[in-house]
Amino acid sequence: MAGSAGTPILEAPVAEGASDQHMVLNMGPQHPSTHGVLRLVLEIDGEIVVRVYPEIGYLHTGIEKTCEAKFYQQVVPLTDRIDYLSPMANNLCYCLAVEKLLELEIPEKAQWIRVLLSELTRLNSHLVWLGTHAMDIGALTVFLYTFREREEIQRLFEAVSGQRMMTSYFRIGGLAMEPPLDYFDRIQAFIRTFPEKIDEYSNLLTGNPIFINRLKGVGLLSAEDAIALGVTGPPLRASGVDFDLRRDLPYSSYEKFQFAVPTSTVGDTWARYEVRLVEMRESVKMIQQALDGMPEGAIKADAPKIVLPDREKMKTQMEALIHHFKIVTEGFAVPAGEVYQAIESPRGQMGYYVVSDGTAKPYRVHMRNPSFATLQAIETMCKGRLLADVVAVIGSIDIVLGEIDR
Amino acid sequence: MKAVVEWNAEALLDARLDRGELTLTIAPDEIRAACAAVKAAGYNFFEDLTAVDWFPASPRFRLSYALLSHRLKERIRLSVPVEEPGPAVESITPVWPGANYFEREVFDLFGIRFEGHPNLRRILMPDDWQGYPLRKDYPVEGYR
Repeated sequence: MAGSAGTPILEAPVAEGASDQHMVLNMGPQHPSTHGVLRLVLEIDGEIVVRVYPEIGYLHTGIEKTCEAKFYQQVVPLTDRIDYLSPMANNLCYCLAVEKLLELEIPEKAQWIRVLLSELTRLNSHLVWLGTHAMDIGALTVFLYTFREREEIQRLFEAVSGQRMMTSYFRIGGLAMEPPLDYFDRIQAFIRTFPEKIDEYSNLLTGNPIFINRLKGVGLLSAEDAIALGVTGPPLRASGVDFDLRRDLPYSSYEKFQFAVPTSTVGDTWARYEVRLVEMRESVKMIQQALDGMPEGAIKADAPKIVLPDREKMKTQMEALIHHFKIVTEGFAVPAGEVYQAIESPRGQMGYYVVSDGTAKPYRVHMRNPSFATLQAIETMCKGRLLADVVAVIGSIDIVLGEIDR
Repeated sequence: MKAVVEWNAEALLDARLDRGELTLTIAPDEIRAACAAVKAAGYNFFEDLTAVDWFPASPRFRLSYALLSHRLKERIRLSVPVEEPGPAVESITPVWPGANYFEREVFDLFGIRFEGHPNLRRILMPDDWQGYPLRKDYPVEGYR
């Protein structure tokens, strides 16, 4: 984080052999189209971008350090705050990692609800992306439309977890509580109309000549570059690499769902736009499958020393009360070892590396966040292009600064 | 694993399969060559790099590289022990440029140097920060 007291704005030298025409331009951290507090130091030759130098860390809160001082179950609410647009994805990844350490089997119903809500999260996140991306380009209307549907999704989250954004609904060993009685009907009602809404966004944007001209051929990223720079998720698939963790390394019962993985070989911002739109349609299909095939059963694993007992049991059974007391005050010990669990978050590959030393607190929690790696590709995508294209590129890689800085 | 053994069996210090995850421990001065060998064997995607501080044990740090194969649909972990004082290893940015930020992050938070890194500066903490926050001898709260 250069630019703190006493340090010059940019210490990174201007490229060698550059003409005197080059100018250094500071973009952000307070800039409406940097999606948070991203600061880009741009070296420009007239309107042409020569180099891009991202400065990050403005939102660094030391979550990884904080995790080391908490019990395993206390880390769950912290994970919400990393990628605040897809809290369920973070919850899921962390819970899966710890469950892998514990070698805990999760009931099928809990797994299916996890898939269902993960896909709703994907819709939620993609709606924010679409709205803000279009707004950056100048199409203000779309934002109002996407946030109308996002509001619906947030109400669904609130109904199930009590929170609109920081849900913490997935817990180690299952889910926090049973969903409300009419919950699946409400989701059904939502996704019945949602495909039409995607058509609506598409009508506003796909044929819009301004939008097309701002996106097509901008921010090109080849498959080789994408892999070399660690790009994952929709930007990787838009560059022609057909890889999706949900299909290729399935977790949480994803292998039981049928869905297509959209790809494109163009690799520009337009391709990323199209891939994400199709992804939203596929998510709707998966939600439908989850609703149709929702298994019966428990939503928590049968592990009384790890999973908190029901309120009812806790009030009536001595054993349950003891377990409750023990878990809350002492946590639960996790066998020593290290695991890396990756999932496909809306932004790409999210990985949690959890190391246990056999105590009730994680020895080390590390998050591999998709935005962090994807940001490295921004220079490749912007080099030699117009300054205005930088805005389109930032929008198209869909970064969340919370998960970059952690 | 076969690829690593064929390449240089002496650099492979240990191999372990735990909870379905394969971990290969590599000698610290061989990591770049090991990454190149593993990459040639099909693990084409660099996913993650981080460190764990096992203070006061020796070797103190352990780097953990997560590598993924798009073709084999498999993951492998390379683990590298790093000694105090003056912890340093070779940078793997020549093999995977995408390791750039990850190495900067480990440098920033653990103080492990990566030789040959193009721009080894603090990334998350301010440039003038003293100390390395994720080391175990660094307090979780309070003033320094």
